[in-house]
Order: sequence, then C-alpha cells, then structure tokens
Amino acid sequence: MTRDRRNADVIVIGGGIHGCSTALHCAMRGLSVILIEKDHAGRHASGVNAGGVRQLARHVAEIPLSNASMALWHDIAELVDDDCGFTSDGQVLVAEDEADLEGCRARVADLTLRGFHHEEMIDARELRAIVPAVSETCPGGVISRRDGAAIPLRATQAFKRKAESLGATIREGVRVTKVEKDGSNWRVTTDAGAFLAPRIVNAAGAWADRIASDLGEPVPLEVIAPMLMITAPLPAFIKPVVILRGRKLSFKQFDNGTVLIGGGHLGTPLRDENVTLLDWRKLAISAGTVWDLFPIMRGAPVVRAWAGIEARMPDDLPVFGKSARHEGAYHQFGFSAHGFQLGPGAGAVMAEIIATGRSNVPIDGLDIARFTTTH
Amino acid sequence: MTPIASIEQLAESYDLVIVGAGPAGLSAAARAAELGLSVLLADENPAPGGQIYRAVTTTPVRNRAILGDDYWRGADIVGRFERSQATYAPRCTVWSIGPDETAPGTFELGLSLDGKARIISARQVILATGAQERPFPIPGWTLPGVMTAGAAQIALKSAGAIPSGRTVIAGCGPLLYLLAGQLAAAGCQIAAVLDTTQKGNWSKALGAIPDFLRSPYFAKGLKLMLAARRKLRFVAGVTSLTATGGGKLATVQFEQNGRTGTIACDTLLLHQGVIPSVNFSNAAGCAHDFDAEQHAWVPRVDAWFASTVPGIAIAGDGAGIGGAESAALRGEIAAFGAASRLGKLNEAERDRQAGPVRAELEKKLRGRRFLDLLYKPAPQFLAPPKDETIVCRCEEVTAGQIRDAAKRLGVTGPNQMKAFLRCGMGPCQGRLCGPTVVELIAETRGATPAETGYYRLRPPIKPVTLAELAALPQTEASVTAVVR
Ligand SMILES: Cc1cc2nc3c(=O)[nH]c(=O)nc-3n(C[C@H](O)[C@H](O)[C@H](O)COP(=O)(O)OP(=O)(O)OC[C@H]3O[C@@H](n4cnc5c(N)ncnc54)[C@H](O)[C@@H]3O)c2cc1C
Ligand SMILES: Cc1cc2nc3c(=O)[nH]c(=O)nc-3n(C[C@H](O)[C@H](O)[C@H](O)COP(=O)(O)OP(=O)(O)OC[C@H]3O[C@@H](n4cnc5c(N)ncnc54)[C@H](O)[C@@H]3O)c2cc1C
Repeated sequence: MTRDRRNADVIVIGGGIHGCSTALHCAMRGLSVILIEKDHAGRHASGVNAGGVRQLARHVAEIPLSNASMALWHDIAELVDDDCGFTSDGQVLVAEDEADLEGCRARVADLTLRGFHHEEMIDARELRAIVPAVSETCPGGVISRRDGAAIPLRATQAFKRKAESLGATIREGVRVTKVEKDGSNWRVTTDAGAFLAPRIVNAAGAWADRIASDLGEPVPLEVIAPMLMITAPLPAFIKPVVILRGRKLSFKQFDNGTVLIGGGHLGTPLRDENVTLLDWRKLAISAGTVWDLFPIMRGAPVVRAWAGIEARMPDDLPVFGKSARHEGAYHQFGFSAHGFQLGPGAGAVMAEIIATGRSNVPIDGLDIARFTTTH
Repeated sequence: MTPIASIEQLAESYDLVIVGAGPAGLSAAARAAELGLSVLLADENPAPGGQIYRAVTTTPVRNRAILGDDYWRGADIVGRFERSQATYAPRCTVWSIGPDETAPGTFELGLSLDGKARIISARQVILATGAQERPFPIPGWTLPGVMTAGAAQIALKSAGAIPSGRTVIAGCGPLLYLLAGQLAAAGCQIAAVLDTTQKGNWSKALGAIPDFLRSPYFAKGLKLMLAARRKLRFVAGVTSLTATGGGKLATVQFEQNGRTGTIACDTLLLHQGVIPSVNFSNAAGCAHDFDAEQHAWVPRVDAWFASTVPGIAIAGDGAGIGGAESAALRGEIAAFGAASRLGKLNEAERDRQAGPVRAELEKKLRGRRFLDLLYKPAPQFLAPPKDETIVCRCEEVTAGQIRDAAKRLGVTGPNQMKAFLRCGMGPCQGRLCGPTVVELIAETRGATPAETGYYRLRPPIKPVTLAELAALPQTEASVTAVVR
C-alpha cells in the first residue's frame, strides 16, 4: 500500500545521507514521507566519501549543526539500529611548521571565545604519542577527540532502512524531472508519474541546482569530483584520522590495516552520466605528500582510487533552511565535500523546522538567500 | 620488434597501445605495425605468449609431447610479432586508462615497469587482456594444497614444475582434460579426475552437435577426453566437492549418484572453465552484457571488436571466450578496425583485407556453443549451498554472510554489498569473488545475474605502489592546474 503512495506530508528529493536522515526524522515526528532517489540510496557522494566524522577545522557557521550531529553519531545504533561502522579515535590536524602552528593557536583561541571547546592544541610530544609515524619535523597540532569515522554507504542505507521501517516510502530508481506549485501542494513530476505534498525538501546533492532553478532560486553550484585512494593492508601504525593544515591531505587507517588517502584533489565529474574521471597526476601529489610525512607508507600498494560527485558552493558552506521564495519548500544541499558528518544532525534540524517552523540550533549564514537576493 | 628495458624508453604517445601479449595482442600488434601504425604492446609477463603460449620462447620444458602441438604453434605467432616494427614492453603492467582531457579523442594510460610509473598517451587502445578461470568456491578451497588448475599450468609452462605427491583434478571444461593430460605426461601422480559436468547438459547441448562435429574442437576435444578417461581414474557426474584437512589439504570428499567417496591427496586442482577477464574493460567504462550461454559478463563489441567507448577495442578471450586460435584472428580484425579509425586504411580496403580473416574466424568459432552448453557449471558450484564456504578470499566473507545481507539488509547488488561485507575490496578487486557474489545475490533475491549487475571496478587495475605514484613525472600543465 505505502509503495504506491502518491501523496504525503513531505516529499524528499534525493537519497543521500541528508535526504535519508531528513526522511527518518520526519517519520519519527509522525509525518508521512515519500523519498525519491534517481539511482539507489547512497549511490553518490554519501556512499563513496572518506567516511570522516569530523568537527575539527569546520567553518564556524556549521559548527552548531556539526555539534548536533556529533551527539547523534555517538549513539548512532540507538537511532538507526546499525552501528554504521562508526569508531571514534579522534581527528588530528598536523602543523608542518611553526607558521602552521601559529595559525592553529589563533583558531583555537577564536573558537574558545565563541564558546566552542571541541578543538584542543597539542604539542610535538603529544602529537608523536598519538601519531608515532608522523615525520619528526612537525611541531604540534590540534585534536578533536570525539571525532572519528564511519562506513558511508552502510550508514546511508541504515538511515534509509530505518525511515522505511517507520513508514516512509522510499522510491529508488525514480528521477524527479520537474517541481511546480499545484494549489496548496507541490507537484513533483518524475519518470514514474507525479507525487503531491504540501512540503518538499531539495536534498539532491550535486543536482540540487536544477531543483532550485525550478523553484526560481538559481544558485552558483559547482559540481566537483573529490578523489580518494586506498592501500593494501599495512601493519597498524595510526589510530586517529590525520589532516594537514598546509597541504591537501587527509589520512585514515582502518582496523583491517588499509589506509585511505584523501584531501581534496579533484577529478572531473560528468554528472549526467554518473561518471567521474580520475586525474592521476594530482593523485601523485597526494602520494608525494604521504611519502614526505609517513616514510612507513612508501612501499604500500595502492589498490583502488575513485571519486564521487559532490556539490560545492562558492563559500564552501551548505545551503540549508527554508526557501527564500516559497512556503513549504526547503533546501539541504551544497555540502562542499564535508557533509557526511552533518547528515544525522542536519536531518533532525530540518525535520524540526518542517514540523515546528523553527529550531534551536542556529543555522545563520546557511540560508539560500545569500545567493538569490543579490540578483 | 623493439623491446623496451626501462620505462624512460617509452615514447610520449603511440597511435595504438595494446595491452596483453597473448595470441590476440601479438597478432593485433603485428598486423597494426604491418599497416604502418606506431604500436606499443605492453604485457606484465617477462616473455610473450599470454596464457596459452606462456613462456613459449623461454620454457624449460623441452619434451614437446608434454605441452602438445597447440602450445608450440605459439612460436609462429611470436615469430611474426618479432619481425614487425612494433615496440614491446615486457614486465610492464598497465594500471589505468582514461580520456586525455588535454587532447580530446585520445587516451592517457598509466604504466609501471621495474618499480617506475609513467603516463603516456594513445590514439587507439586494444585491450587483449584475455580470460581468467571462473571462481570455484567449495568448502575448504582456501586450504594450502588447493589451487586452480591454471596456476598449476603456469608453473609447468614457465618453470617446468609439477605438483608433488598425489594430485586430484576436479571440475569441468576442455582445459581440465588438457591439463590432466599435460600434467600426467610431465610425470605428475594423478590420483583421480573428478568430473562435475552435469548429465542434463548433454541434452541441452544436443542441438549444437552438428556444428561441433564440423569444428576443429571436435577431434582435439575427443582425443583429450579419451586420453584422460583411458589413462586416469576418471569419476563422472560428481555433484559435490569438499576439501578437508587440518592446516593443509588431506582429503577431497565427493558425491556421485548419491554415493560419497573420499580420496587422500596432497594437491587438489580446481577448474570450471574460463570467463572473460573484465576488470580492465569494466574500469575503462565499457558496457558489458551478461551472456547467458557462457554464463559470464562480456563486453559489448561491434564487428571490429570496438567497445562502447570510442577508441577502445577488446580482442581475444577478453571479448568472450573463443579459444586461442580465434583470439589471434580477433586480434587481427581489431587491428584492421583501429587502423581504419586512424585513417591508415579506407573502409573498402579494411573490409577486403579482413574478409578472409573473418571467414577463418567463423570456422574456428563453430562448435564453441556446444562447449559452452555442455560445460556450463552446475548451480551448486556457481552459488555454493553451504553457508560456511568462503566466497571472498581477500576479506574472508562467506556465502552465508552474503545471503544474509541480501535478505535481511535488502542489498540488491554487488556494489552495495561491498559496503556491508567488504567483499571485492581486497587487492584482487573482486576477480576471485565477483561472479559468485552476483550469483548468491541473484539466487537470494530471485533475480537474474543480468539484473543483479556487477562490481563497478576502480583503477588502478593492477596495484601500483605509493612510491611509484609519488615519483610520477609531473607535466607543466598538471602542476599549474593544481596550484590554481
Ligand atoms: C570523495 C569524497 C570524500 C568525502 N569525504 C568526506 C568526509 O570524510 N567527511 C564528510 O563529512 N564529508 C565528506 N564528503 C562529502 C560528503 O560525502 C557529502 O557532502 C555528502 O554525502 C552530501 O550528501 P547529500 O545527501 O547532500 O548528497 P548525495 O549523497 O549526493 O545525495 C543526493 C542524491 O540525490 C539524488 N538526486 C539528484 N537529483 C535527483 C533527481 N532529480 N531525482 C531523484 N534523485 C535525485 C542523487 O542521485 C543522489 O543520490 C566527501 C565527498 C566525496 C565525494
Ligand atoms: C589460467 C589459464 C590457462 C589457459 N591455458 C590454456 C591452454 O593451455 N590452452 C588453450 O587452448 N587455452 C588456454 N586458456 C584459454 C586461453 O586463455 C586462451 O584461449 C588464449 O590464451 C586467449 O588469448 P588472449 O590473447 O585473448 O589472452 P591471453 O593469452 O590470456 O593474454 C592476455 C595477456 O595479457 C596480460 N595482461 C592482462 N592484464 C594486463 C595488464 N593490466 N597489464 C599488462 N598485461 C596484462 C596477461 O598477463 C596475459 O599475458 C587458458 C586460460 C587461462 C585463464
């Protein structure tokens, strides 16, 4: 019966971690939900990302959302009946020289003034204790102790399954082609017919600019393809996730010994073909950085490299909140290569805004109006 | 032919790069060079020949009767290649392919030789990467002492080595009998051949018999099978196999007509046919279809063996199993296609020159269907019924775990399965588990393998070390692109 449902309180467009989380939290609040996903849940950025669950080094505008999320990550099995492979060994930002370290100090001092205490300075000795393999020349860094990592596709699908078990209708393999007003409802046209609801959430990731255009709210969304590579298993040598301040690098060793190397070098996305092209010369730069910092890694075989299709906004901040033009339309996209951690909390906040009109978690600075009102 | 000893000797670009120096790649390279193309043939092995003619110029096996006339025919194919103008890079793995974004219509290939990597470009590419053995998961197949028949053949051809002690060979397909014969001739102590060919396949294959009787396979196959039956202990109609032993193989247990048997042995060689090795074509983005008769994923190709990615052709067993002689002919045809796409040969000339090769190919492929139908593996050897059977050897994932995830977590395809069980995420990139994982998901969900799909494979197609990557020469363009 629910499979053929055409009307609901809320239609969520996009089955990434954000769409699935919002669908779940709406269902938990007793709203009827239809989620529409053109491929399968987690097929894109949410299923292929580095799995970093990080508060460390976030822009202050997203820290409240990030904090709300972190509380949920630490009890994730309570929420979705699956531990999502979540482990928490902290994340460390390594300063490569004194200038880097000075930047770290300024940042932590600023956060303290704002009342955030999740980032702490560590000196060279503690850095070496936590990350023994790091090169001798690094003078210290910053740690965020509750950070960690999870398994992206597994987490996204857990949110989907839990939403479904609470009554949400999940339509995978169905593409939204048009969104328009129909009386007091939104008419969401798809290649499997039309759906109606008084409220819609645009969680369409790297394709969200198209939905936003339908709503008359064009945004300067850039489609990007961050690349990752993973090695064969190595002896355990590092617990926390490590990121660099100066150069583009993030680094994580899993329990099975494999090491995931990322850090923001970009390939080429072909979003209409669901395809990404790798740029090996840029991956070679990441390899070179690892070579410099972790001599132990030099002989490691790289067994896989890939990229995901992601939405980036010009200020690297998501578009989150109510539409600037329409009642009953909401945006949740543009996570600019760091939205996985935000998924659980952002869904909770979005559902609260949909159900009650407001939320206690501040989301100032994330409004779509920052792009549309200038025209 | 000009051999390459170090990676610096490679040119920046070639008209045509061919991956794989089996009969398909060697013939394609010789033909393309004869047509005036600049050709690089890269192969990971130290000597040309591919699977069938492995080490034909270097093997220590001097008694020609052991490996047989079909093997030694490879010397002619290698000879023609050596007389051509092609460049040959042995010990060179090709680990990536993608469009060169700075020069639309051309490709960038990542290669490694002797611990050093390079990126070079090609206007056309022929993948001649051949076949692999179909995975054959039975309880105990990960015990030391159990290996694939192909691995034993590689040791025989390249080092003249045979398994020591009592050896059992189990499975089905023409290569099983061939190998049994080769090993027996080389002095290996073969305790039994356990044949798992399904009795019911004979009736399904009947319709294809007339073609088979007129095919070159017929006489050869008959000889091999009769020889194996006459000389060796041969058990037909085997429906179940289990390898047991504490720490290493001790016995193999089997069922035949509801009866069980046990054979003590030191080595068990498993084989149930070969399937196209699709890792490269899949990672290159070529479309594949599930071929129900060969029961395998096969890249979609046209009459010139061009794939769905313009500029990439796939020749030989990698484009569907056809055997060594057809592989060589398909290599030639692919070379004609590439030459004409490069404007070295007009279409009329291409068609005229390729005509006789095509006619020959048709003859060689006659009878193939009979073999496909007869040796189609039994369902219990495609999707192991016992839950404890290991399916993914890299990550030690069992058949039971995959069934459970497909049922309880609603996992519909192999790509999603990776996230739950890590199967296919080891260094083999799913070569050893892909077909079985698809089979198990399909069975559990009542879907076909075609509906279930296959792994999306990622480069590097063969592992490349971090050091090799780090030392990759940077071009001017890529440095500025990053600094931007
Ligand atoms: C390689 C890589 C590494 C990353 N590493 C991290 C990390 O370590 N930590 C972190 O926090 N973040 C990371 N990120 C970022 C993170 O993955 C994303 O920000 C996040 O997953 C975005 O989730 P989403 O739900 O908005 O988008 P998506 O996961 O892209 O989901 C959007 C969905 O909408 C669907 N859709 C689009 N249009 C339509 C339509 N018209 N009809 C129906 N469905 C539609 C798409 O098919 C897609 O599945 C990384 C990203 C990448 C690519
Ligand atoms: C284990 C095994 C043993 C076989 N033995 C026989 C036999 O004895 N008799 C018989 O008739 N048929 C045999 N076959 C079937 C057989 O493979 C063929 O019919 C024939 O060899 C196919 O020729 P080909 O040119 O298509 O590929 P192949 O002969 O398989 O040649 C492919 C070549 O490409 C190389 N290669 C693959 N990927 C890369 C890469 N990324 N970089 C560099 N090099 C690469 C391989 O190492 C190989 O040398 C065997 C098959 C297998 C799998």
